Amino acid sequence: MRVLVCVKRVPQTGGRIVLTADGQEIDTKFLGFTISPHEECGIEEAVRIIEAGGGESTVLTLGASAAEEQLRDAMALGIDRAVLLETDGSEWDPVSTAAAIADTIRAQEAAGGTFDLVIFGNESADSGGFQVGIRVAVALGRPVVNGLKGLTVGSGSVTARREAPGGGWETYELPLPAIVGVKEGINLPRYPSVPGRLRAKKKEVERIPVGAAGSGPVGAAGSGPVGAAGSGPVGAAGSGPAASSGLPVGPIKALLRLPEESGSQVEILGRGAEAAPAVVDLLQKLGLVAR
Amino acid sequence: MASLPERAKVVIVGAGIVGNSMAWHLAKQGWRDMVLLEKGTLPNPGGSTGHASNFIFLTDHNKEMAAFTMDSALQYRELGVYHECGGIEVARTPERMEELKRRVASSKAWGIEGVRLLTPAEVKAMVPFINETIILGGFYTPGVGVVDSLQAGTLMRQAAQEMGALTSAAGVEVTGVDTESGRVTRVRTDHGDIDTEYLVIACGIWSPRIAKMAGASIPLIPAVHQMIDIGPVPMFANARTEVDYPIVRDMDTNMYERQHGNGFEVGSYAHRAILMDPDDIPSIEASALSPTMLPFTQDDFDPQLEDALELFPSIVGDEKVGVKLAINGLLSLTPDGNPIIGETPEVKNLWSVAAIWIKEAPGIARCVAEWMTHGTPEIDPHGSDIARFYDHHKTLQHIRARTTEGFNKTYGIVHPMEQWESNRPIRRSPAAVRHAELGAVAFEAAGWERPFWYGANEPLLAEYGDRVMPRAAEWDSRWWSPIINAEHLAMRDRAGLVDLSAFAIFDVTGPGALAALERLCVNKVDVRPGRTVYTPLLNAAGGILADLTIMRLAHDHFRVVTGGGMGMRDRKIFVDGLPKDGSAQLFDLTSAMTTFGLWGPRARDILGAATDGSADISHAGFPFLTSKTVDIDGVRTLASRISYVGELGWEIYVPMEQGLRVWDALWAAGQPHGMVPVGIGTYAVTSRLEKGYRAHGAELELDFNLVEAGMARPSLKDADFVGRGAYEAQRASDPVGILCTLTVDDPTSSNGVKRYMLGREPILTPDGRSIIDAKGRRSYVTSAGSGPSVGKHLLMTYLPPEHAVVGTKLVVEYFGEHYPVTVAIAGATPLFDPDNARIRA
Repeated sequence: MRVLVCVKRVPQTGGRIVLTADGQEIDTKFLGFTISPHEECGIEEAVRIIEAGGGESTVLTLGASAAEEQLRDAMALGIDRAVLLETDGSEWDPVSTAAAIADTIRAQEAAGGTFDLVIFGNESADSGGFQVGIRVAVALGRPVVNGLKGLTVGSGSVTARREAPGGGWETYELPLPAIVGVKEGINLPRYPSVPGRLRAKKKEVERIPVGAAGSGPVGAAGSGPVGAAGSGPVGAAGSGPAASSGLPVGPIKALLRLPEESGSQVEILGRGAEAAPAVVDLLQKLGLVAR
Repeated sequence: MASLPERAKVVIVGAGIVGNSMAWHLAKQGWRDMVLLEKGTLPNPGGSTGHASNFIFLTDHNKEMAAFTMDSALQYRELGVYHECGGIEVARTPERMEELKRRVASSKAWGIEGVRLLTPAEVKAMVPFINETIILGGFYTPGVGVVDSLQAGTLMRQAAQEMGALTSAAGVEVTGVDTESGRVTRVRTDHGDIDTEYLVIACGIWSPRIAKMAGASIPLIPAVHQMIDIGPVPMFANARTEVDYPIVRDMDTNMYERQHGNGFEVGSYAHRAILMDPDDIPSIEASALSPTMLPFTQDDFDPQLEDALELFPSIVGDEKVGVKLAINGLLSLTPDGNPIIGETPEVKNLWSVAAIWIKEAPGIARCVAEWMTHGTPEIDPHGSDIARFYDHHKTLQHIRARTTEGFNKTYGIVHPMEQWESNRPIRRSPAAVRHAELGAVAFEAAGWERPFWYGANEPLLAEYGDRVMPRAAEWDSRWWSPIINAEHLAMRDRAGLVDLSAFAIFDVTGPGALAALERLCVNKVDVRPGRTVYTPLLNAAGGILADLTIMRLAHDHFRVVTGGGMGMRDRKIFVDGLPKDGSAQLFDLTSAMTTFGLWGPRARDILGAATDGSADISHAGFPFLTSKTVDIDGVRTLASRISYVGELGWEIYVPMEQGLRVWDALWAAGQPHGMVPVGIGTYAVTSRLEKGYRAHGAELELDFNLVEAGMARPSLKDADFVGRGAYEAQRASDPVGILCTLTVDDPTSSNGVKRYMLGREPILTPDGRSIIDAKGRRSYVTSAGSGPSVGKHLLMTYLPPEHAVVGTKLVVEYFGEHYPVTVAIAGATPLFDPDNARIRA
């Protein structure tokens, strides 16, 4: 089986997010970067599928050169190979991102065979657009389900489960090749081992330059294989016409605004042994212990 | 936060291990009305304490740091938070194995019990998961342990609160410090102001920021220490305690590894020094983990992973064992590697307790609390005293350069004479150009480039042959040259010219000067103008603070001359001792005056020629311990007949900008007499040891008194002085330690190489037992060096009276071997020229 996981490099923020002075970016001066939490679960899912059934796992990201760090993190966890769609560091909207990824998938599949399963995170931790996986699925004409908390690989299909609004579970059967968006909670991602880290450090990362978003069809940005897979379908996915008109694609970012700080409430239940009954009450209320 | 007290006696900033320890020790010393402010939350505010690895290795070659660490371990034990697990420093190289022998010796010198060297198999028996095939052995300390530093801090804070001595307030940020007439008066916070008499800065990496608010300087810089925590480790699944196995320090790779519950912690000091701009530390709110736990930079750590994998393949190489936590932890680095403690020289009642590690925090806090309370700490803090810094030490350039250079020496094999390479030269003698022409090899002292010996003197080696006591062992001859001993002999035979620019020089003047100095000095300063006084300074407990000379130049004008190393600390002692009414003033002439020393049997001939007969420099006309103006080549200088080398001669004080002219004049005058340039290797070591002259920081420390040092004079002056009462009591009883000079009988090692001790080695009984005096002090070598004129390697040490008898046979331990030594002098009599005939020639 061939599994592809798509991830995004996002700032690892603390309790309070700090914006740059011009209000255009999150100030990452003191921050590390990580993989969006849903996508960490996607990586774990991919590693488990290959561990169980054999095959090859690939991780892909679209981002600046520094996003190589996240690809190596993924390989440290057991992903076999990595592809970096290397941008100039500018921000890409979901339309352009999905187009570039779809194009790359076609090119990769032309060279190495179909990805039976492409795993996305439900949404990215920073921009939270909820779009890229679905747009890629549409571009490729493959079935897609988002918000998954359970995934079972069968022969020729996967069974996917997600929580239904109002309780209960929805179960889907997707014929392969398919695309899924997974949510935190689907599994408990492992930590990287030291040998894993050291192996990941020595692995190749396939770098495919894609330049700036909206700079035209992805193929034109320079990479042979992507272009060879056809710039037409990229246009079909939506970015072509806008790009050719020279206008930015999608909504334009004016200014970032921080969400209202909810200000967590702290209630002291008591001190020492005296607090025990109140703690028991609370645990019962939460359904964590039987009444 | 409800409301802060409006006034306090002491405000302590920072509730990490240091601030909590300070609160507790000040409370124990009787302080009340204290407020502890913490910007973060309790019990883990987010400073360096919260991510510390919390283990305590006891041995340090530095006596002061070892003392702080041993005291801290004891305090942690008393608090019930010390888990003894033992610790092993392993060696991958033969050089490290030798260093481990030296660590055994330092342990014996400071009284760290039970240490021993282990074979690789013995290491394996204690740490079954180690790859013993790549190590040559280990140094085991059974008393090494792990502490719960957050719990310790909480216990101490609560104890101070329960005593009614302390109010703690978390979530309060200091925004300003007010001072009036050079004293702390008020702390401003985001929750209101507190009028306070004292302010204690104990906030680690943030300390410089708070000090700056008051106009003071704490020269530390935040730096990254990388560590990872991996697990769960299958073989630790049934771990009984936090640490069941000894902690391992992989010294040659600058790393440590330890079991941590069912996990395994790997820390490193091997990566490049990653320094932070203090203003770049993120706020608590904006930090992902805490302000001192920064995002891990994997690339810096990757080489260390390989090293850890090699030493612990069964754990680190386990595919199932994951990296649970990886951080770039911030800690404080200082330009010389020592903590920064004590009252700031800039602001009265503003105390720094910063750049302190878990292993030494409670011990340092006890010391500082004692110091704040009565000025007499039990452990001598001079190496950590904030007053030690000169202004150039406080520049960011210097701090960055030295901390960058020093970081990778954390586990390094550092020679006692090892020189810094970065940010030099800073301070240069006016004769530096001549030093260069003479091939000077300069060592740094207080920022000064001091010639330690001169390459131009190499021809003297042929003249003196084996009398220069050549050294075959690389370690003994590192940062050393036989030319030093040749210069020594040439000075004793003819004459030497010594550049003493590193002296710190202060003039104390005014109608109140005499009374102020009498109050500070043990010996009588009220001498006739033109006389020079050599005197120790004591603290109130009779411990030795300093020794220096004071020239009385006029009835109300005194010139204090002290060593450069402690010059700024000594200046603070004098400034603090000035009368409050302003009737005496101190002027620092260190950068205005330079000093040359001219000594040797031909010194009078040379000075006579240099002064062109214009001054009476006969013994009668210019007696010992007097000073007067002499003109040299048109420069008016102050000559002082004195000697630290045991020869006839003078120190000549010259205005800095005319220094080169005077050097040249003395040089020219000296040539017909065979005068040679003489470096500090002779001045501070060989000639001093032959004469039994004591040095501050070696023989003279708070731990010792004047009677023990053999410096008590027959009579006491009338005037009262600091420490008089204690000194009188010391004089009234027999000393339990006596400073002795020992000669090494046979320096030949088991493999036939002559070895020469460098200082700080343990002195043992012939059967290898430690010598401990009635005050619990161990005998160790306070100073060591060649005695070219007496043909022996010389050691100074304090010995209990039963051993302090001339002719007593003992041994000194050096790199694992015992060498026979003999007590040559018990007391202050010089080994060379015991009647001081040369000085008084």
